[in-house]
Amino acid sequence: MPVEVKQLIINSIEILVLLGVIQGICAYLVLAERRVAALIQGRIGPNRVGPAGLLQPIADAVKLLLKEDVIPGFGRRFLFFIAPMIIVVTAFTALAVVPFGTVNGMTLQVADQLDVGLLFLFAVGSLGVYSLILAGWSSNSKYAFLGALRSSAQVISYEIAWGLSIISVLMLVGSGGLQLDSVVEAQIAGSSWFVLPGWYILIQPLACLIFFVSVLAETNRLPFDLPEAEQELVAGYHTEYSGMRFGMFFVAEYANLVLGATIFVVLFLGGWHLPFVDPDWWQWEWLKGVVSVMTFMVKMAIILFIFIWIRWTLPRFRYDQLMRLGWKVFIPLALLNVFITGIVVFIVE
Amino acid sequence: MGFKKVGYKRNWSDQAYLPAIAKGMWVTWKHLFQKKDTIQYPEEVRPLPPRFRGTHRLNKDSEGRVKCVACFMCATACPAECIYIDGADVPSSWSDREKYPTRFDIDELRCIFCGMCEEACPVEAIELTPTIGWAAYTRESMVLNKEQLLEMYDRTRAKDVPDKWGGY
Repeated sequence: MPVEVKQLIINSIEILVLLGVIQGICAYLVLAERRVAALIQGRIGPNRVGPAGLLQPIADAVKLLLKEDVIPGFGRRFLFFIAPMIIVVTAFTALAVVPFGTVNGMTLQVADQLDVGLLFLFAVGSLGVYSLILAGWSSNSKYAFLGALRSSAQVISYEIAWGLSIISVLMLVGSGGLQLDSVVEAQIAGSSWFVLPGWYILIQPLACLIFFVSVLAETNRLPFDLPEAEQELVAGYHTEYSGMRFGMFFVAEYANLVLGATIFVVLFLGGWHLPFVDPDWWQWEWLKGVVSVMTFMVKMAIILFIFIWIRWTLPRFRYDQLMRLGWKVFIPLALLNVFITGIVVFIVE
Repeated sequence: MGFKKVGYKRNWSDQAYLPAIAKGMWVTWKHLFQKKDTIQYPEEVRPLPPRFRGTHRLNKDSEGRVKCVACFMCATACPAECIYIDGADVPSSWSDREKYPTRFDIDELRCIFCGMCEEACPVEAIELTPTIGWAAYTRESMVLNKEQLLEMYDRTRAKDVPDKWGGY
């Protein structure tokens, strides 16, 4: 069988596995959010459907599929229909460059030969803004429109801080930094097994903080969720959507959250690196692969838990406070961080 | 004029937001592990106070006859007019009363569960029980007739067989 066909089959399998796993994670993330939110609020969450509520996502999906599809009566049906599709597609496409583990010296990543991985991710992720604007405008409703405007302005503002906070990490990695597995490799190379791991969260705490907050702002999550705050705007840009169209927005929001968490893990927490354990102890390669993926998943789960934890702790930022934070606090801080990192890197080398 | 300026100037740790956020997160973390008050409803019920005003019952006396003497005081007192009674003369063997109800219907959907009927009854025939959670598929089936109300009595009277909904 020629090499291209074999590569195509391997890639197709990788893509299917990635889509399946990430959609499963998103579905169960919804359940996890409901359970953790409930436990923080002094009640227990859904535990009726299946053991400990584990079949709840299936019940939610069935419910959304069986709901009546309400379409507002007006002219722009095409935009109304494609808006949820765009955001789902961009969220899952951006996940193609995330390295989930390493096996046989090769990373488990859907697009492994892409040497502009991080740039691709930002570019595709930014396309999601189109979906917000289209959804709000084509809903022909003033609350949806306002929500969409606020949401898109918020997302665009925090993209700048997001990008700037990454630059300092890329400076530490050196050349080839845009490829995400080399970021992980650099963090692994910077840590020996008996001292603190060389993860960038320890070396670049400010960039890490700015990145974390920007991910919260990008995915419209509390404390930055004014665009979809129930008390203010019903549901913001997805007010007029019902049934599975709403389900797609919902899945896309959680897929974006998973994307943010995975990128955080890759850039700041050392990806699949298990600290204090020398990987050459493992005799079997497949075990190394499994352990690396498990480590990645555990770190991602911790970060997702922290996202949920923050949501149910903090009050919401008012819109002008949010914009002020994005433009007047985070961009200067990120630039300062880049400046200091540049000086230090220059001195060290 | 006579205004006193009261304000709160943020110090450095407030301005950085993070220490306060960390403290808040510690509070919610503690809440995760605190005991929760939620009960698993159909399997566990919260005990209701014995004077709770739930579904009605018609009491029977010690000989098993219905206590009600069809005086119409409960039907008159009811603010929602949900009690429908037909009275008739008693059979000759019942010597301590003159009338008894041949039809005693209570429309539980009109009822507001105020307990006026219970207070108005001179012979303690009608009572409200701590029975909640009565559900049905049609409106007609929630109009309880005399037999059903007497059956409520039998069901809630036996103390050693607790009522499914926490009655006694």
